[in-house]
Amino acid sequence: MEKEAGPDAAATRLDDPWYDAPPPGWGEPDGAAGFAPDARTGPEMVRHPHSAADVYVEVQRSAAFREVRRRYRRFVVPASAAFLLWYLAYVVAATTAPGLMARPVVGALNVAMLAGLGQFLTTFVLTWAYVRHARLHRDRAALELRWDTQEMTRGIGR
Amino acid sequence: MSGDHQTLALLLFSVFIAVTLGITTWVGRNRQGSAEEFYAGGRLFSPMENGFAIAGDYMSAASFLGISGLIALFGYDGMLYSVGFLVAWLVVLLLVAELVRNCGRFTLADVVAARMAERPVRTAVGTSSVTVSVLYLVAQMVGAGSLVALLLGGTSDTARSWTVVGVGALMVIYVSFGGMRATTWIQIVKAVLLMAGAAVLTVLVLAHFHGDVNALLHTAAERSGHGRDFLSPGLRYGESWTARFDFISLGLALVLGTAGLPHILSRFYTVPTARAARRSVVWSIGLIGSFYLMTIVLGFGAAALVGSADVRASNASGNTAVPLLALVLGGGEGSTGGTVLFAVVAAVAFATILAVVAGITLASSASVAHDLYATFRRPGAEQRSEVAVARVAAVGVGVVAIALGLLAQDLNVAFLVGLAFAVAASANLPALLYSLFWRSFTTRGAVWAVYGGLVPAVLLVLLSPVVSGGPASLFPGVDFQLFPLENPGLVSIPAGFLAGWIGTVTSSGPPDEARHAETEVRSLTGAGAA
Repeated sequence: MEKEAGPDAAATRLDDPWYDAPPPGWGEPDGAAGFAPDARTGPEMVRHPHSAADVYVEVQRSAAFREVRRRYRRFVVPASAAFLLWYLAYVVAATTAPGLMARPVVGALNVAMLAGLGQFLTTFVLTWAYVRHARLHRDRAALELRWDTQEMTRGIGR
Repeated sequence: MSGDHQTLALLLFSVFIAVTLGITTWVGRNRQGSAEEFYAGGRLFSPMENGFAIAGDYMSAASFLGISGLIALFGYDGMLYSVGFLVAWLVVLLLVAELVRNCGRFTLADVVAARMAERPVRTAVGTSSVTVSVLYLVAQMVGAGSLVALLLGGTSDTARSWTVVGVGALMVIYVSFGGMRATTWIQIVKAVLLMAGAAVLTVLVLAHFHGDVNALLHTAAERSGHGRDFLSPGLRYGESWTARFDFISLGLALVLGTAGLPHILSRFYTVPTARAARRSVVWSIGLIGSFYLMTIVLGFGAAALVGSADVRASNASGNTAVPLLALVLGGGEGSTGGTVLFAVVAAVAFATILAVVAGITLASSASVAHDLYATFRRPGAEQRSEVAVARVAAVGVGVVAIALGLLAQDLNVAFLVGLAFAVAASANLPALLYSLFWRSFTTRGAVWAVYGGLVPAVLLVLLSPVVSGGPASLFPGVDFQLFPLENPGLVSIPAGFLAGWIGTVTSSGPPDEARHAETEVRSLTGAGAA
């Protein structure tokens, strides 16, 4: 489902979940290998928070994090509402409106059969859409925030 | 069923048991007993492996035999289950999997307790997790007993009892010696077997009708004795408003409960990152979706080729529909093909049960050791001893499950699976979603959400027709039935969400902003993930 990347295939290869994110300190002696400071889009590193809790509050307030959260919520909230409503409508219709559901459409297929298969189809399509949205709009920014946050909390007593 | 079936099926059972015990031994050598290893299998499974394991954890014998059987008997109304079991995965994918992977370490309680007062929240979530697991486990154990007896023809009570004991002993061995790693590989093997078995039968059914689905459906409708009604809803759930609301209640529990099942959530900790967890769910949605599509073909195939009347004559709840279908597809009773296919189906069903019970046993031993025991142990005890406790807990859970399974084996416990989903949806899901998405959620809210869902769910079932007041009840002699529905979800799920909300708004202190920030940042970025 994730292989149709096309033009950005090379970019997403880097983001392959299976290969990413070794915990900090693994194979990077100076702790910052591969991350040029000016490539950061995360919270600015000027302030020096006193505790890990401060770091998390600071990251939570940063524009980069708010953008990741906004993109996540703007996809999952409407999508969840839509598929739950569609499922509930299906179950309620199947139990309370058998007449409507029994209406023949083509051959042995009736409205109920098509609605049931439609549930399967929408599940597969929404899965594909979610994965694509996350990969294209969220993963890279989230990964950068992860490194930044871990960098900031390193060495701070919790 | 002739002796050939039994011999071959028993041979295949033994091969599967030997293979799984081999896996357990192979996995168990040279591994030190760290918590990471025992609960999460080292966290280095690939998304594909985990996707198969999730599918193996989730697809029970009840889906393979039960849903196909319901379709063979009631046509369309059986299909409603397939849809519910699949759509539930969207909740897991969109709202739960990645965030849980990022925030927790081993159990559901890890996530909820992260921003709260540890002790009361861990106790509450641990209690409801163990409740869900034990309900589910007992249903599987009783099912295993009657299934093996059914498939092997030996309906004697001793055969059933020994099956329950044997299945219980095996799951305890897998879990306490092999931990998550052995459980995962057993689930992967089982998922492959189940998918392959279902695919072979599906292809044979479709080939029998030369790929003409229309002909399959028409024949099924004809031989069901219901005509076209067989292809539309209403045969099982359409007779009264109680039945309708009961199904809506069950549908709600199925779709919301999956995301609160402890043994499913613990699977996300076996992969290294949240994105790997997401990809595992994509694999499992692909597998589970195609599996439930195949159960639909098998169910209608059984109605068309075996006939609903013969299915009902063999087993009133339809559980033998797929084995009977295999017999017909292989060439009928007495033929070699029929014998082989029948034995294969029996072995796949057996493998299915073993893999599912192992997953649940592991999850409940984790809840006991990591949530309940760890909350009350003296501070400073090592993590190492927690794993030892978890191994003992697996034995304890096994003993309880065997005992309850033996006590309940003459009872109709089909409602237990629906109840397990209802408790998961009413107690675990509200606490989980609130703590991931609601800034003002408090400790009191979390505790209230869990008990506010758990207690009504269990109470309503005690007051429902499954316990008393009807001929099919557990105690047909007495009548204290007050609640009309068999599944409490319609009431208890809103109750859980409502209780969590009330508990939160009536909390005295303000919510902990800093720990909410930590949970939110960690859940969405993976910073500091275990």
